[in-house]
Amino acid sequence: MPEHEAGGSLATPAHEVRDFLRRRREQIAQRWADEPLFRTVFTASRDEAVEAGKAVVDALARVADAQQVEDPDAAGFSAVREQLARMGAARSRAGLSNTQVSSELAALWPPAENLLVAESDQASPEELRAWSTTLSVLLGTLRLVAMQTALSETQSLIDRQRLQLLEVATPVIKLWDGIVAVPLIGTLDSARSQVVMETLLNAVVDQHARFAILDITGVPTVDSLVAQHLMKTVAAARLMGAECVVSGIRPAIAQTMVHLGLDLGTVKTRASLADALGHCLHELGTNIVNAAPDGAGRR
Amino acid sequence: MHTAAGVEARLPIRSDMDLVWVRQHVRQAAAQLGFGLVDQTKLVTAASELARNTLVHGGGGLMEATHVRAGGAEGLRLSFSDSGPGIPDLERALSDGYTSGGGLGMGLGGSRRLVHDFEVESTPGSGTTVRVTSWATRPPRQRGAV
Ligand SMILES: Nc1ncnc2c1ncn2[C@@H]1O[C@H](COP(=O)(O)OP(=O)(O)O)[C@@H](O)[C@H]1O
Ligand SMILES: [Mg+2]
Repeated sequence: MPEHEAGGSLATPAHEVRDFLRRRREQIAQRWADEPLFRTVFTASRDEAVEAGKAVVDALARVADAQQVEDPDAAGFSAVREQLARMGAARSRAGLSNTQVSSELAALWPPAENLLVAESDQASPEELRAWSTTLSVLLGTLRLVAMQTALSETQSLIDRQRLQLLEVATPVIKLWDGIVAVPLIGTLDSARSQVVMETLLNAVVDQHARFAILDITGVPTVDSLVAQHLMKTVAAARLMGAECVVSGIRPAIAQTMVHLGLDLGTVKTRASLADALGHCLHELGTNIVNAAPDGAGRR
Repeated sequence: MHTAAGVEARLPIRSDMDLVWVRQHVRQAAAQLGFGLVDQTKLVTAASELARNTLVHGGGGLMEATHVRAGGAEGLRLSFSDSGPGIPDLERALSDGYTSGGGLGMGLGGSRRLVHDFEVESTPGSGTTVRVTSWATRPPRQRGAV
C-alpha cells in the first residue's frame, strides 16, 4: 500500500488512511450509497447519494491529513456538518431514534474496512492493524460529530417550539359574563409571565371582565419568582378594575410555599377552578342551583 | 452528563432554559431515590431558587447533583457554584425579604427551610457555592430533630 509515499519515508497510520481514502474515494462512496443512511436520504438519484458520500470521504481525508482522527472539532469536518445534520434530521423524521441513527452511521465502517483489507495484502499484520484501527477511530469520530450535530438540531428545535408555545399556550377563556380564566401550563418564567399578563389584561378590557381566574394546576413549580409574577399580574388586573382569584394550588405546592415563606398577600385563592368560579359567580350575585335529572329543584 | 443511575449530574446554569433542565433533573433524581411528592416539590423549589441566584446574582455557573447515603437513608446533595461577586453579608442575604435586586428576597432563606442541610461558602470577589442535602425518608439519626 505505501509505495506512492514519495521517498519511502515512514508515513503515520493517519496519513496512510488519508491516502487510502483519496485513492478509494469513488468505491467507498459507491458502497455507502447502498447503505440505508445514504440510500433513504438521497432518493432523487443514486448519483446524489454517491456525491454526498464523496463529500464525507473528502472530509475524513482532510481530518486524517491534519492528524486529528480523534478530534470531533477538527476543521476538516466543517464542510459536512450541515449535510450530516440534514441526513440525521431526515432519518429522525422517518421515525428513527438517535440510537438507530447511530447504528446506521456505524454501518458505514464495514464497507470501508473491507476495501482497506482487500488492498492491503502486501502489508504486515501490524501495519494493517494500525491502519484499520485508525480508520475505525476516524469513523467513530464522524459518528460523534453527526450525533452532536443532531443533538444541537434537537436543541434548537426545542427552543423554536418553546417560542411558539409562548405565543399560543396562554388562552383566555370566557367562563361567564364578566368572568375570564387563564389556565397556566408549564414553566412560568419571566418571558412567559409577561405574555400571560398582557393577554390577561387585554381580555379584561375586551370582555369587561370583573373577575379573572388564574389557574395554576398545570404549573409544576411555584418559587418566589413565580409568586412575584402572580402578584404583579393580580395587582395590574386590580388597577384595571378586575379582581383575580388564583386557583389550583396543589397540596404539595401549598406546603412548599409555606416553608419558602411565600404568601400571596391579599390575593384570593381557591382550591379548584370550580371553587373559584363559584366564588366569582357569588360575588356577581348569580346563583347556580343544582337541578335534579327530571328538571325539578333539589331539596 | 448523567451517570448510569441518572441521579448524578453536572448541569450548566447559563440561561433560563438551563433552569428548566435543573428542575427537571432534580425532580427526576429525587423521585428515583424515593422522595415523596411533597419532598420532591420542596427540593425542586429550593433548587429553582438557588439555581436562579447562581444565574442572576452569580452571573451563571454550575449545579452538581450527588447521591449520598447515610445510616441507610438515601439522599440527594445539590451544589450550586458560581464565580460571581460573592455575598458580602451572608446573614443579611439569608434574612427574609432582603434583596439587592428586584426580587422578593425569599430565595436564600426560604430554600434553607426547604432542605435538611444547607451550607453557603462565599468569598466576596471570587464566588459563591451553596450546598444543600435532603433525605428521602427522614434525615439519618445523627441529624437530630425533625
Ligand atoms: N450566588 C449569589 N451570588 C451573589 N449574591 C447572591 C447569590 N445568591 C444570593 N445572593 C444575594 O442574596 C440576596 C438574597 O437572595 P434571595 O433570598 O434569593 O433573594 P432575591 O434573589 O429575590 O434577591 C440577593 O439579592 C443577592 O444580593
Ligand atoms: Mg433569589
